[in-house]
Amino acid sequence: MTSQEKKQLQVTACKVRMGIIESTHAAKCGHPGGSLSAADLFTYLYFRELRVDPANPQWADRDRFVLSKGHCAPGLYAALAHRGFFPVADLVQLRKVGSYLQGHPNMNSVPGVDMSTGSLGQGISAACGMALAAKVKKQDYRVYTLLGDGEIQEGQVWEACMFASHYHLDNLCVIIDNNGLQIDGDVAKVMSPYPIDTKLEAFGFHVRTIDGHDLDAIEEALNEARTIQGKPCAIVMRTVKGKGVSFMENEAGWHGVAPNDAQYEQAMTELKAALAALEGM
Amino acid sequence: MADVKKMATREGYGKALVELGKDHDDIVVLDADLAGSTKTGMFAKVYPDRHFNCGIAEADMMCVAAGLASTGLVPFASSFAMFASGRAYEQIRNSIGYPELNVKIGASHGGMSVGEDGASHQCCEDFALMRSIPGMVVICPADGVEAEAATKAAYAHKGPVYLRMGRLAVPVFHEEGFTFQIGKGEVMRDGSDIAIIANGLMVYEAIQAADALEKLGIHPRIINMSTIKPLDEELVLKAAKECGKVITCEEHSIIGGLGEAVCSFLSEHYPVPVRRIGVNDQFGFSGPAAEVLKAFGLCAEHIVEVTLEFLGK
Ligand SMILES: Cc1ncc(C[n+]2csc(CCOP(=O)(O)OP(=O)(O)O)c2C)c(N)n1
Ligand SMILES: [Mg+2]
Repeated sequence: MTSQEKKQLQVTACKVRMGIIESTHAAKCGHPGGSLSAADLFTYLYFRELRVDPANPQWADRDRFVLSKGHCAPGLYAALAHRGFFPVADLVQLRKVGSYLQGHPNMNSVPGVDMSTGSLGQGISAACGMALAAKVKKQDYRVYTLLGDGEIQEGQVWEACMFASHYHLDNLCVIIDNNGLQIDGDVAKVMSPYPIDTKLEAFGFHVRTIDGHDLDAIEEALNEARTIQGKPCAIVMRTVKGKGVSFMENEAGWHGVAPNDAQYEQAMTELKAALAALEGM
Repeated sequence: MADVKKMATREGYGKALVELGKDHDDIVVLDADLAGSTKTGMFAKVYPDRHFNCGIAEADMMCVAAGLASTGLVPFASSFAMFASGRAYEQIRNSIGYPELNVKIGASHGGMSVGEDGASHQCCEDFALMRSIPGMVVICPADGVEAEAATKAAYAHKGPVYLRMGRLAVPVFHEEGFTFQIGKGEVMRDGSDIAIIANGLMVYEAIQAADALEKLGIHPRIINMSTIKPLDEELVLKAAKECGKVITCEEHSIIGGLGEAVCSFLSEHYPVPVRRIGVNDQFGFSGPAAEVLKAFGLCAEHIVEVTLEFLGK
């Protein structure tokens, strides 16, 4: 990608972060931490990687994205909105009574959402089903799924990994958001999932570990994934939970708490400054 | 009775899958290392490219089925009733039920008639679990022919369906070529002294009980209520009005199954006395199916006893 394209993505990622802050602030609840750690990935996927058409969200040949860590809906919704699946102005309807933007993704109410998720550990299996369907129907779409590093403590995740590898789902790309934190604290202290990379390798995956805030690294890893044949790919991305909002960074407490009015102002001031810096570049 | 043709409902399921596979290339079948027992192996033999063993991983299997269904395929996911409805309950609830995905769950080896394997496999809670999921259709066919027809009806229905089948070969009393209608009960024997509403292998037992009762001058109405949800309320109401007393019979706990569905409906619309024959909040045990069924009162003799007592005879 050119430096201009990269800058454009960074600008978009910043707007996605603002969407996360605006929507969780309006809802007075929701999950900013893990949404922010995955904001760069959401942006890259929807603006450079996925074959999708916002005008035709049910397009049969589209690439699929399953947010297995469904609680990070605010991040997904912000990316979908900016990509044109629905109005950005609707983001503040998050979690409101009657809103199509449910607390966790609902495939029947939100344009662009490919699978309803929220119960951790299940989305990756559904992604396997979608990837298998492409093989059965001889379609060339690809399937991406994002999991939390706490989520992979779920046994079902490893059932799904076995499945993906057994059926040679080389059209599947599993991404782990390794932000190091889950609700009760440090993943290594709660129930260590480490080493993640060699576990996945042992399950038959082609694995890359990258910095999940480095758009070039994301590009390189996703490009490489497309070249791998006969086995599924996994990308373990090291990230900072709460990335982009200084007081939220690396704080487990910001997993599922919305900013209050003062915190909202501060977060938006920081993000606006980041945006201005990017646009002034 | 020796000349009565017997066939397990799971056999009818397997047969139907093979037939459906012929005309519909959108059907895919999943199993969790029980393809021989659930009879999806019959499909695997003919259509190996559309049968996927998921290994002993029922939770994963249900969500894989959800993913397949999201692309327009029609997956039939099979395991034993215990593991399909029990192990994977929450997967079915959240990844199939909530998104309203077109997944069919073919659960075999339901109920006490599993026999020798004992309590760990004798699932008598699946109706309760599956009924509680919004939009889920719950069916328990009474014989092999009905199971075959029900499987085809499940395919034709858009939305999640739970089909509960049994291990045991049971007498076939439906005619070949029978068409199944989801949500429609079937009057097997007309009468108005009492209504006996049964499903699964208890329907044949109820018919046997009717034979014995008729000899005593009692004419029960026997209803095969193979669809537990949605319940054929019209038929239940008519039976209650015309018979005055109702007995339900199922190879399931009296908690949460057919009996409770009938009671809930009647208590709000037309309260009449009801007796529920089923498993009385207990776990099963090992033994030949017929003996175990008898021990739990899941047999014609017990239906006769309950009827006589209920009618004060
Ligand atoms: C099956 C299940 N158990 C528990 C929860 C509650 N829960 C929501 S988020 C979360 C922690 C997730 O941590 P992680 O996967 O690391 O996500 P991230 O850090 O990316 O937000 C938990 C336990 C859930 N949604 N699903
Ligand atoms: Mg985490």
